Amino acid sequence: MFNRDRWREIFETIGKNKLRTFLSGFTVALGIFIFIILFGLGNGLKNTFQEFFLDDASNAIFIYPGRTSMPYKGFKANRRIEFKNEDVEDIKQNFPMFTEYVTPRITRSELTSFKNESNTYTTRAVAPGHQFIEKTILMKGRYINQMDLNKKTKNAVIGRLVAKDLFKKEDPIGKYIDVGSTVFKVVGVFQDDGGDNEERYIYIPYTTRQLLEKSNDKVGQIIVTFPKELGHVGAVAFEKSLKKFFKDKKSVDPRDPNGIYFQNLTDDLKQSQQFAVVLQLIVSFVGLGTLIAGIIGISNIMVFVVKERTKELGIRKALGATPRSVIQMVLQESVFITAISGYVGLFLGIAVLKNVGLSLEEYFIKNPFIDFGTAFAATIVLIIFGAIAGYIPAKRASRIKPIVALRDE
Amino acid sequence: MIQIKNLHKSYKMGSSSLHVLKGINFDVEEGELVAIMGSSGSGKSTLLNILGMLDGADEGEYILDQVPIKNLNETKAAKYRNKFLGFVFQSFNLINYKSALENVALPLYYQGIPRKERQVFALEYLDRVGLKDWSTHLPSELSGGQKQRVAIARAMASRPKVLLADEPTGALDTKTSYEVMDLIQKINQEGKTILVVTHEPDIAHMCKRIVLLKDGVIIEDKKVDQVLASAHV
Ligand SMILES: Nc1ncnc2c1ncn2[C@@H]1O[C@H](COP(=O)(O)OP(=O)(O)OP(=O)(O)O)[C@@H](O)[C@H]1O
Ligand SMILES: [Mg+2]
Repeated sequence: MFNRDRWREIFETIGKNKLRTFLSGFTVALGIFIFIILFGLGNGLKNTFQEFFLDDASNAIFIYPGRTSMPYKGFKANRRIEFKNEDVEDIKQNFPMFTEYVTPRITRSELTSFKNESNTYTTRAVAPGHQFIEKTILMKGRYINQMDLNKKTKNAVIGRLVAKDLFKKEDPIGKYIDVGSTVFKVVGVFQDDGGDNEERYIYIPYTTRQLLEKSNDKVGQIIVTFPKELGHVGAVAFEKSLKKFFKDKKSVDPRDPNGIYFQNLTDDLKQSQQFAVVLQLIVSFVGLGTLIAGIIGISNIMVFVVKERTKELGIRKALGATPRSVIQMVLQESVFITAISGYVGLFLGIAVLKNVGLSLEEYFIKNPFIDFGTAFAATIVLIIFGAIAGYIPAKRASRIKPIVALRDE
Repeated sequence: MIQIKNLHKSYKMGSSSLHVLKGINFDVEEGELVAIMGSSGSGKSTLLNILGMLDGADEGEYILDQVPIKNLNETKAAKYRNKFLGFVFQSFNLINYKSALENVALPLYYQGIPRKERQVFALEYLDRVGLKDWSTHLPSELSGGQKQRVAIARAMASRPKVLLADEPTGALDTKTSYEVMDLIQKINQEGKTILVVTHEPDIAHMCKRIVLLKDGVIIEDKKVDQVLASAHV
C-alpha cells in the first residue's frame, strides 16, 4: 500500500491512460453527485412536508360549532349551535385527567394600523394555552396571560410579519396599534414555523374580544389538548367520550354529523407520519437505486479496463510480475481513481445542493441537504464496491497465462 | 545451462487432444546460440514457451541453470522468469503507453531495483542497442527494427541467464532483420545463452547450432558455421 515506487508506477499509468482514468472517474463522480442531489432533494421535500403538517401540536382536538341536521329532544333541525364560556369550563371539569389545555378561539378579521401603515389581519382571541397548541415561538415580550384574561386588557401579541409590515425597523413592544378601531398595546412578537400566514396573526385575550362585542360570552371554537401519553388509541377514545358528552350537553343528536364538528389532530398526525414514512422510503429507494447504478457502472468499466489491459498485463507477467502484484496494481489504481473522483462528486454535489437550496422553495423543496455522514458513507460504499468490482476481473486477469494474453489475434 | 528430457505437451481441444511435443530431448550449453527451425505448427513456439515458463509441460524434465523447473505456481514462475529469462517476441510486445526507457526499465521494477538505478541501467542498455537518443519515444514513434531493439534491450536489462526469441525477425524486412541478428550475435559473444525460433534459413545460419523440429520431435541437431550478420549490414 505504501510502496512509493508502486504508487509512482500507478500515477504514471493513470497519467498516460487519460481516457480510461476519465471514464472510471467520471462514472464514480457522477454516481455520487446524482446520489447526493437526489437524496438532498428528497430531504427537501420531506422538510416542506413536515413544515406543512407537523408544525402544530398533534395532541389536540378542535371543536367547531355547526348547524344541526336532525331534530332532537324537541329541537328542530337546522338549529345553529353556539359555544359559550361555560362550555370551556365544563370540559375542563369533566375531563380533568384527559385535558392539558382547553382554550377558546374567536377569529375575526380586522383592519389594523400603526401610524401610516395599515393592513387587514386575522385576530385570534384566545387563552394562554393556545400558545402550546400552535407551537407559537415568542421572539420578544410575552404571550397572553391569565391576568390579561381576568382584567380584559387591550394587549396584543403580533406575528413577526405583522411587526415587519407595520413597524418596519421600529421595536413594536409597548407601542399602540389600532385593531378594528380599538387601541391595543403590543406586548409580544412571535414567530411560527408554519409559514408566512401563521406569522400574520394577532393574538388578543378572548375575554377582551367578548367585551368588545357587547360583553357576550360566545366562543367561536374550542381547542382541547390531551396528554401525549394517551397515544392514538387513547386519543380516539377520549374524542369519543368528549363527543358524547358535548353533543349531549348541546342537545345534538349523537348521530347528527353536522351539529358539532370534531377534528382530532392525531388522525392527521398518523396519516402524515405514514406519508413521511413513504417519502423516506422513496428517498432511500432513489438513493439506493443511484448507488446500485453507480456500482454497476464501475463494475462494467472495470471489466472493460481489465480487458483492455489484458495484453499489457501479459507482458508484465512475462517480465516477472507475480499474479499478486497484478491484482494489486489494478486494484490500487481503481480504488485511487474511485476515491478521488468519489470525493470530487461528493463535494460538487454538496456545493450544488447548497447553492440551489434557496431557489427551490416554490417547488416544495425546502432546505435540501444531505447529512455529511450519509454522503460520506455512500462514497465509501461506492469505493468498496468499486474495489470488489475491480477485484474480480483483476483476479481473472492475473490468472490468464501470459502466452494466452500475448497471443497475436 | 538447459537440460530437457522426454518433454511432452498436448493441447486439449474439446474432447480430442493435440499431441504437440512428443518427447523432446536436448541440452544447451552456456554461451550457445541455437536456432530452432521447423515448419509451421511443428511445435517451436510451444517448446520455447515451456522453456520460458510461460506454459507448463505435461511430462518430462527441465533443468535450467541447475535448478529443476517443476511444480511451478504462477508466482514462482513469475519470479523465475524475472530472474533467469529474457523474452523477445515477433510482435515486440512493448507497452504502448510507456516510453522506450520505461519499457526497458520495467523488468527491473519487478526485480525491486530503485527507480534512479533502474533508469541508469535502462539507459545503458538502450545505448547498447543504439537507441539512447530515442529513450523518451513511445513505441508508436519507432520503426519495427527500433521496436525490436528496444525489446532486446528490455530482455537484456534484467540480466537473464537465457534469452528466448520467438521469430524476432519475423515482422522485419531483410536489412532490419540482419541488424537485429547482428545485435543478437554481439550479445551472444558476450557470453549470453540465446535460443532463436525462426523460419528463415539465413537467420538460422547466423546461429551456431540448428535444431530442426518436425511433428513434435527433433529430427536434426547440428552445429553450423556461423555467418556474421555484420557482413551483410
Ligand atoms: N494454446 C493452444 N491451444 C491449442 N492448440 C495450440 C495452442 N498453442 C498451439 N497449439 C497448436 O499446437 C501446434 C504447435 O503450435 P506452435 O505454436 O508451437 O507451432 P510453431 O511451430 O510455433 O508454428 P509457427 O511457425 O506457425 O509459429 C499447432 O498445431 C497449434 O495449432
Ligand atoms: Mg511459432
